[in-house]
Amino acid sequence: MGRVLGIAIWIITLLSVWMFVSRRWWFPEAISEHGPSVDRQFMITIIVVGVAFAAAQIGLGWMVWKYRDTASSGRAIYSHGNNRLEVLWTIVTAVIFISLAVMGQKVWASLHLHSAPAGSYRIEVVAQQFSWNFHYPGKDTAFGRTDPKLIDDSSLNYVGLDETDPNAKDDAVVPTLVVPVNRPVELILRSKDVTHSFWVPQLRFKQDLVPGMSIPVHFTVQKIGKYELACAELCGMNHYKMKSYMLVLPEDEFNQLVALPQEKFQARKDELLNKYQLPNY
Amino acid sequence: MADATHAEVHRHPAPTSFIRKYIFSLDHKVIGIQYILLALTAVLVGMIMSVLMRVNLSWPGTHIRILATLFPTGAPGGVMSPEFYLSLVTMHGTIMVFFVLTTAPQGGFGNYFLPIQIGAEDMAFPFLNMMSFWVTFVGFMVLLLAIFAEGNLTIGAWVSKLGESFAAGSGTVGPIGGWTGYAPLSALGKIAGPGQGAGVNLWIISIAIFCVGSLLGALNFITTLLNMRTRGMSLMRMPLTCWAWFTTAVLALLSFPVLLGGGILLLLDRIAGTSFFIPGGSYVSGALVPLHNGGSPLLWQHLFWFFGHPEVYIAILPGMGATSHILSTFARKPIFGYRAMVFAIFAIGMLGFFVWGHHMFISGMSPYSAVAFSILTLSIGVPSAIKTFNWIGTLWGARIRFTTPMLFALGFVSLFVAGGITGLVLGQTSLDFFFHDTYFVTAHFHLVMGVASIFGMFAATYFWFPKMFGRMMNESLGKFHFWITFLGVYAIFIPFHAMGMLGMPRRYANFGEYEFLKNSHGLVAFVTVAAIVTVAVQIVFYFNLVWSMFKGKKANDNPWEATTLEWTTATPPPHDNFAGHEPVVYRGPYEFSVPGASKDFTMQTEPEDTDVSVGLGRTSGKGGHGQH
Repeated sequence: MGRVLGIAIWIITLLSVWMFVSRRWWFPEAISEHGPSVDRQFMITIIVVGVAFAAAQIGLGWMVWKYRDTASSGRAIYSHGNNRLEVLWTIVTAVIFISLAVMGQKVWASLHLHSAPAGSYRIEVVAQQFSWNFHYPGKDTAFGRTDPKLIDDSSLNYVGLDETDPNAKDDAVVPTLVVPVNRPVELILRSKDVTHSFWVPQLRFKQDLVPGMSIPVHFTVQKIGKYELACAELCGMNHYKMKSYMLVLPEDEFNQLVALPQEKFQARKDELLNKYQLPNY
Repeated sequence: MADATHAEVHRHPAPTSFIRKYIFSLDHKVIGIQYILLALTAVLVGMIMSVLMRVNLSWPGTHIRILATLFPTGAPGGVMSPEFYLSLVTMHGTIMVFFVLTTAPQGGFGNYFLPIQIGAEDMAFPFLNMMSFWVTFVGFMVLLLAIFAEGNLTIGAWVSKLGESFAAGSGTVGPIGGWTGYAPLSALGKIAGPGQGAGVNLWIISIAIFCVGSLLGALNFITTLLNMRTRGMSLMRMPLTCWAWFTTAVLALLSFPVLLGGGILLLLDRIAGTSFFIPGGSYVSGALVPLHNGGSPLLWQHLFWFFGHPEVYIAILPGMGATSHILSTFARKPIFGYRAMVFAIFAIGMLGFFVWGHHMFISGMSPYSAVAFSILTLSIGVPSAIKTFNWIGTLWGARIRFTTPMLFALGFVSLFVAGGITGLVLGQTSLDFFFHDTYFVTAHFHLVMGVASIFGMFAATYFWFPKMFGRMMNESLGKFHFWITFLGVYAIFIPFHAMGMLGMPRRYANFGEYEFLKNSHGLVAFVTVAAIVTVAVQIVFYFNLVWSMFKGKKANDNPWEATTLEWTTATPPPHDNFAGHEPVVYRGPYEFSVPGASKDFTMQTEPEDTDVSVGLGRTSGKGGHGQH
């Protein structure tokens, strides 16, 4: 039984390691400026994790193989442990784990412990059960006033835009996120009803949208294209289809689009959604 | 240690009536079995739910006739609706975490064996002990009511009469907000969706009742362990199981009140118009939410996870204890680094209170606190690694007997490593940008807190069954059960990591909406098949339990040739555990293969003068020298 168990543990270990090494199921290609750093930190971590996992499992398998009770074997070794070993492996694991932890803050700090760079393009995001609203300031780059009391889904005022505010005149609110390539973007995340989460796998970025809070986040996208945007926080029955797209456009195409008034913005955005293709998966 | 007056206080005569003996019993052994039976019932419900979830994910639109009969609204024609699926997610999690992983390891085995292992006649407060079980039982009944209040129109109509916030009969089998019940989805009431009326109310009430039951149990465990140890049973001579149950009880005592408080606030938001978790200006289902203002959704998450993270350790620590105990017994070796194991258990328990924020990196809380939580989180890997090293050290130079309990204990070690180690990935803020709320998380916690804990409990069941019922469980069936389950759980949960790599979000009723998930279909179907096989094999376990209880081979008092006090008394133990005799302890708990001793196991009760060993360089947990 010992040998069978040892082999079973080794095979499980091999298959688990293969699953990662083969890269058959892997991240979709990163498109953000910070994305490659996330991937690199993951690579470092998964190597440490993989080595530790394999070492522990192989060791366990070896012990059950080697120290199975046989008729010829005498008594077990009488040992209560070894303090020097305890100190050694405590220090070694502590150093490795804490180093990983410290390294693992780098990308986080670069995005969350700094405010958005100057010249970022700002978009307000308002999530609701089960759709997304993206509010663009228009040519004047000033957002019209919004107020929850003015929200009226039935008349399509999803974000409560105050039409009497002059700044609101050229604003557009559309269900698709459109961002410029290679220019920092700042999103102001809000929710009308329950907690949602903004999630674009290629962006290597996720952030909850919490009712009652306004959460500013920023990132820079480096690849033109169309990407799926999903909700990653359980928000109710149709959570699984709270879907939208993130369109990443060349600078001039983007500038032309966001200068358009609401209706034309909608129409043009639909054309662009057809023009660009999703990545191959 | 225990003195005569103590003993008198706790002595209660053996009951004679059926009701006092088996139902409202004060005997910790009967109460322990009651907890185990409760867990065995709850886990069946939880497993059936997981199979239904898997079927819905891999073959959406499957007609399941029995669902059409039982839940015609939520599963019309036997096809699950998305909200029905989400309510399964919620109830599966709630049932497994509370009524399985918190009952069997602690209330079940802890209740039965902690007093015996420390040489006590019963728990310190037998009446509280009885209350803690029955309160927990009522909690489970209320949770079952949530299933039928939402799923059955007749019961729903009846529950709806309780008040406006109890609107029921929406066709789900409970709330749809997940076992974490994040506010404001859970606070807004029926306007937030199906299942969010009576389903949530009953769910909160059930958990609140459960908290009370757990508190009563925790008080009892702590008092019993500190005050009722028999002569010679110093703290450092206790089996590691006792250390694990004790630490678990401390965690429960400090964390359940916070959940209880949070649950009451949530209920008040729902039925009394308070605004602890609902901010002003919420616009839900086409209308502005009136009256609420100033609440904080993040407050719920903090309260929930302040409980929720220690809860993970409440689930797994008893499994660690049982595994250490069983590994040493069948390795025929003292546990490697007893003292380090005790410190590691305590370190895990302590650190467990400082890491709750790692569930909330992307929740909108301060990114600075996320950094602190992240570093503390990875530190908790250190005591976990120490435990793993010591388990492997225990096997080094051993003479391993591959009994069924030993196989499950070894399985525990393997699964604990596999599940725990991905905590190094998920604990990093920068990697949570990608992995938060993906199947990578689902893989991590199912392996470590779910399956590893359950393996600890399987090991405990096969190990202690002969002491509890006087008969051995069938070894062939047991080994068959082990092999399929061991390979099965890996086949289910390792592919979850691959789904996580693709970015697959948790709690989706269907993956068909997204192109980026289209490469996952094969994985999803594979996991479902593995889950069905693994769940089906559990029938063998249930059969083995029942069959062995009546037909199993008769067990003697110490069938495994083990060393601790439970093996010194009759099988099954008498009402007062040691038949009026007070055991005296002379040595540590794991004295196996002592050089020069006549047998390869030396009982804790064997007097000093038979101890021929004068071992050098032992760390601790050793015999002999504590009391004199």
